[in-house]
Amino acid sequence: MSRIPEAFKNGTAFIGFLTAGDPTVEKTVEYILAMEEAGCDLIEIGIPFSDPMAEGVVIQDANVRALKHNTTTDDVFEIVKKVRQKTDIPLVFLTYINPVFFYGYEEFFKKCNEYGIDGIISPDLPFEEKDEISDIALKNDVDVISLIAPTSKQRIQKIARDATGFIYVVSSLGVTGMRSEIKTDLNAIISDIRDVCDLPVAVGFGINTPKQANEISKIADGVIVGSAIVKIIEEHGEDATDALKEYVSQMKNACAE
Amino acid sequence: MTNGRYGEYGGQYISETLMNELIYLEEQFNYYMNDPEFLDELNTLLKEYAGRPSLLYYAKRMTQDLGGAKIYLKREDLNHTGAHKINNVLGQVLLAKKMGKTRVIAETGAGQHGVATATAAALLDMECEVFMGEVDTQRQALNVYRMELLGAKVHSVKSGTKTLKDAVNDSFRDWIANVGTTNYVIGSTMGPHPFPQIVRDFQAVISAEAREQILEKEGKLPTAVIACVGGGSNAMGAFYNFIDDEEVQLIGCEAGGKGVDTPYNAAALTNGKIGIFHGMKSIFNQGDYGQIAPVYSISAGLDYPGVGPEHAYLRDCGRAQYVPINDEEAVEAFEYLSRMEGIIPAIESSHAVAHAMKIAPGMDEDDIIIVCLSGRGDKDVKSIADYRGVDLNE
Repeated sequence: MSRIPEAFKNGTAFIGFLTAGDPTVEKTVEYILAMEEAGCDLIEIGIPFSDPMAEGVVIQDANVRALKHNTTTDDVFEIVKKVRQKTDIPLVFLTYINPVFFYGYEEFFKKCNEYGIDGIISPDLPFEEKDEISDIALKNDVDVISLIAPTSKQRIQKIARDATGFIYVVSSLGVTGMRSEIKTDLNAIISDIRDVCDLPVAVGFGINTPKQANEISKIADGVIVGSAIVKIIEEHGEDATDALKEYVSQMKNACAE
Repeated sequence: MTNGRYGEYGGQYISETLMNELIYLEEQFNYYMNDPEFLDELNTLLKEYAGRPSLLYYAKRMTQDLGGAKIYLKREDLNHTGAHKINNVLGQVLLAKKMGKTRVIAETGAGQHGVATATAAALLDMECEVFMGEVDTQRQALNVYRMELLGAKVHSVKSGTKTLKDAVNDSFRDWIANVGTTNYVIGSTMGPHPFPQIVRDFQAVISAEAREQILEKEGKLPTAVIACVGGGSNAMGAFYNFIDDEEVQLIGCEAGGKGVDTPYNAAALTNGKIGIFHGMKSIFNQGDYGQIAPVYSISAGLDYPGVGPEHAYLRDCGRAQYVPINDEEAVEAFEYLSRMEGIIPAIESSHAVAHAMKIAPGMDEDDIIIVCLSGRGDKDVKSIADYRGVDLNE
């Protein structure tokens, strides 16, 4: 059974992202546990990729750091294994599809199930191509998380009807990264989703301040933060635990009840 | 099955943010390709501005010297801006204009596609920004300045391997942020559907002309058509109208770099594996765990770790064959054609010339080879001098 529903039972979920292997495999395990302790309700683990096309500079650089010391898909599974020895927090992979394809869909999702991964988000697998993995993922109790963008318009309900786990609403045009302002009419998108689907809706891309988290938490079930967390890891390297905890707890507190 | 498949290859593996835009692009492309007014406007530009039809030139000295098949050169190097790239770009920029876009972006490797896009953007009064790997901006500094002269803004891409694939990444990143105002004028038969089809259809003019020209000159079809393959646009253009002529061999020449048994090559169809990248399922050079591999070629235009999906399909079904040509062979062909015919070919096209030099002597005198001379080599003179250890400043 997917643990994802648990993430949304404690007020607005705070969802944190980090790149596996940045700065090291060991530190990723430690940082995931620290983020959980500070209030994260769900954690997205990024599988590093040579060409992360949907990422801004901050997460691109994290991918470069992780790949510099050859963090592999198997290393990422080891991270999950170690984390799972200590916690039941819902975990999802954020991964471009090629590393999964290369690993072999059967093998990859079997391991997800075995090691305790609850979902997968793939930024280059839109609705039209999700049959690549949907049956195999379902068979292994891994939710395929659907993304909905500001440009999705008439596609919103088609995507939402077929979604599993939660729905990831992309707040803004462009790649990942911290933004000072989010201009998209998120209310309209979320209301379109809610018309056809009962799954929790989380919003990501650009969110980095408690004020933004608070505003988003009034309309969504979850707030997703990636670049701001990765930036802390970039700045503090192997000593990021305290700074991460402080940031996560501040953000979780800012999320409305 | 989803859109835009060539066998198992192709598809639309791209951000949700771009999906509606791709659907709209496909709709508009299909509409305008059936609109006589659009086609008339495009054909006028190709004729009056780009200089089409390009010549099909009988390379008599080369033929006599090699002593075998008759060699014809399809002279895409004589097009305005000096390469086949303008065929596609005039089509795509005109389409963007019709779609109400105000801005176009493009990736470029050698700089030919960037120059062509900047040219068409100047002509059709569109804003233009070009993404080029930092390494390529150094290899092809003159082309950077050409683009700037044409009014384009050139971004030097510093991520990843700082070459063509990274320029493609940054082009997609820009497009995701500026979808609505901007069309991505992709330079090769690659990317998510409908791009491989759009680029092929705009480049198919090469084989449409060549087929007619060879029938007129020789009264028969060629034995073989040879073209270089990076992403594969000039090759798709050169092959397309011959695909149904099963007796015509179609041969693509990949960048063998320093050798396909070394890590320094860009021969995807020789060394690559099936994967999903840059919006398409195709064949890519990749390392363990599906990380896209750094590739190498003396030719910036072929320095790409994959190939368009239709080429992967043509290989699998046996309709086309693909061979690697290494740097040394390409440079020798570059020098050979310069001396023999007074034509300095692009180092990319030199890969195709090199293969013709290999196979022509073993063929009969009534065999015919058409080599797609995809571009001219002025841009490569410095890097060939460097390769030969000639110091131009002495």
